[in-house]
Amino acid sequence: MFYREAGDFSTTYAEDQQTFPIKFDRYRYYLVLFIAIFVVPFALNDYWVNSLLLPFLIYAIAALGLNILVGYCGQVSLGTGGFMAVGAYSCYKFMTGVDIWWGGELLFRLPEFNIFFSVIMGGVMTALVGVLFGLPSLRIKGFYLAVATLAAQFFLVWLFNRVSWFYNYSASGQISAPERDLFGILITGPSTTPWATYLFCLFFTIVSAYVARNLTRGASGRKWMAIRDMDIAAEIIGVNPLRAKLTAFMVSSFFIGISGALFFSVYLGAVEVGEAFGIQKSFLVLFMIIIGGLGSIFGSFAGAAFLVLLPVALKVVGVDWFGWPTDIVAHLNLVVVGFLIIVFLIAEPHGINQLWRVAKEKLRLWPFPH
Amino acid sequence: MTLKLTSMAVAAVMAASPVLADLVFPSMSYRTGPYAAGGIPFADGYADYFTMLNARDGGIGGVMTAVPECETGYNTEKGVECYESLKGGGGLVYQPLSTGITYQLIPKTTADDIPMHTMGYGRTSAKNGEVFTHTFNYPANYWDGASGAINYLLAENGGDLNGKKIALVYHNSAYGKEPIRTLTELSAKHGFEFKEVPVDHPGQEQKSQWLQIRRDKPDYVIMYGWGVMNQVAIQEAANIRFPMENFIGVWWSGSENDVLAAGDAANGYKALTFHGVGSDFPVFADIQTHVVDAGNAAGAGDQIGTVLYNRGLYAAMLAAEAAKTAQEIHGVAQINASQMRDGMEALEITEEKMAALGLPNFGPSFKVSCQNHGGDGMVGVTQWDASTKTWSLISDFAATDKELIDGLIAEDSAAYASENNITPECK
Repeated sequence: MFYREAGDFSTTYAEDQQTFPIKFDRYRYYLVLFIAIFVVPFALNDYWVNSLLLPFLIYAIAALGLNILVGYCGQVSLGTGGFMAVGAYSCYKFMTGVDIWWGGELLFRLPEFNIFFSVIMGGVMTALVGVLFGLPSLRIKGFYLAVATLAAQFFLVWLFNRVSWFYNYSASGQISAPERDLFGILITGPSTTPWATYLFCLFFTIVSAYVARNLTRGASGRKWMAIRDMDIAAEIIGVNPLRAKLTAFMVSSFFIGISGALFFSVYLGAVEVGEAFGIQKSFLVLFMIIIGGLGSIFGSFAGAAFLVLLPVALKVVGVDWFGWPTDIVAHLNLVVVGFLIIVFLIAEPHGINQLWRVAKEKLRLWPFPH
Repeated sequence: MTLKLTSMAVAAVMAASPVLADLVFPSMSYRTGPYAAGGIPFADGYADYFTMLNARDGGIGGVMTAVPECETGYNTEKGVECYESLKGGGGLVYQPLSTGITYQLIPKTTADDIPMHTMGYGRTSAKNGEVFTHTFNYPANYWDGASGAINYLLAENGGDLNGKKIALVYHNSAYGKEPIRTLTELSAKHGFEFKEVPVDHPGQEQKSQWLQIRRDKPDYVIMYGWGVMNQVAIQEAANIRFPMENFIGVWWSGSENDVLAAGDAANGYKALTFHGVGSDFPVFADIQTHVVDAGNAAGAGDQIGTVLYNRGLYAAMLAAEAAKTAQEIHGVAQINASQMRDGMEALEITEEKMAALGLPNFGPSFKVSCQNHGGDGMVGVTQWDASTKTWSLISDFAATDKELIDGLIAEDSAAYASENNITPECK
């Protein structure tokens, strides 16, 4: 009944190749976008934005980035936290004006970037760092590469803790986002309005998802998937592994950098590298894409939603509805989330995305399954 | 995307939480995670004091109190979620008990006109109330701690630390880095040699740090640690046979949890404090009657009289007194957060007041003002006796190097003011 391609004719190649070839699916997508852009901002308060929507949107970008590397290109990475830190600290340096020193003297200071370009620069710097740490992937594979990226994670966190230039020599080693605006509307700092920060992050999320989707179904995405499926065969048919792997690292790190920059500047406002961008963050994002579905754009969103919203929902049910002690609920949370991860991995190893795909298949046949 | 919509339905239910007609003192606690051992007693003490006020006095000024809890797990992201969800309940004052969360909440609470009390932690320069209008850190702060430790050592050495070596073992985070600047200045002033020894979160592995200490042979070690790091450090110090009486922890490194693990080896370990230790105060009889015997003790009820329980109790007492002051100033019993801030800024704790509350000599007497949100920074020293398993105050609350600290505070708060375009003024 739903998702029926019958009567849905494509008369051009472009129509045939679009992301949502089925009309119903396409309209649903437009509706979700419409609600996210034009309805949600009017029905927001601080709690929704700061506790649910911002972390969801920001983690979705990080999951998209990691999914390109792990899900599409097959290069396991545990350096996500470190790369997010690069995004956050670059964003901070560019929004406060990068100062270049030589021999104890201030050589010059870049003007302060607008918050929008600071976030973009966070992505660009992370892409460069990502390429650097992606170089070993040409020689080592699988678990050994995971260990190499783990080294990146620890090195980057150590670097940002150690070199005071990155946190502008503040006494505490914390970076705090000063108040910045875009077209006169505050984006960072304490006095922001919920809709402004929401739309700012939503913009980056939509653009990231759009770019990721179109990259992964184009030539570069096909090269990544060829490398993932069998690198020697890919090399024989003419895929340059150097270029494919490094572009995957670059694009992936770019998205992760953007998410790190937003995480610091818009969502938290102040971070400390060891606490915010530790190894747990790498695992969290990795779990997101495993639960959501490796090699899928929707899976990145589903995984982020699952791991961001579930703990909050459990807390609301346990503490606010049933009035259980907070520590019991916090422990229960670990149990339930852990249990659900195992259930998902056993029942559906391909993640929430696969469930969604199966549901769509069923809906297509409904109400006359054969 | 569809999951997002269901999440909104969940959020809609949450936003509709009832507005309580009580005086709300939210507790951002952590009873789970790597720092739970420190978080539990503090949260218990904080909750029990208000439970006692409700049962004994019928609340504060005739209005009952409520202490909604939210679990942060010492995690900044959960801290944000907690702050936003507790804000809906009309909290009067926030006590995040985490330096990381404090840094995040300083601008937010200021924008929302809600006071925050960071007792003995947080951003030290918040003492300057002209810049940090909504943040209070009385009665003592990290820099008072550093100076208090040095003053104590000065007194032990006849006023001369020249040529001595002092090492700082610290939690490599915003919290642990706070005293470095002060100690550097103090080392220049008193002529001792100062060494930094960072320990990364959570601090379970400190072999290399203590090897370095064994090699450098400092005369004294000061520690700014929290959670499991404290226990490990004390154990490691015992392993290299570092004399315990030359090992001084800040108040966050001086609870029963930290020393019990090392057993007899921890005997003689010292820690700073800004409040009394033990349960030898009349208020504990009231807590026994009205809270414990009534079966209303928070948590497991097994923490009463421990160092961190007393600290939670002290924080609750200061909050309750500030609420009373606010009620007097504004002439209303049902105060709001903004009035609470005025109450905190006008708070005066005297010896008579504390005695009347059943806490004689529990803490220093001090007076908060617009210029001084941090009290007078009186710091005492306690020592652990492993045979009786008790802490005892061995040096009474003494003044710290006000001149030096005030200079540093003025400098740091001016930097914050210029970064954030704040004009220092009294509200």
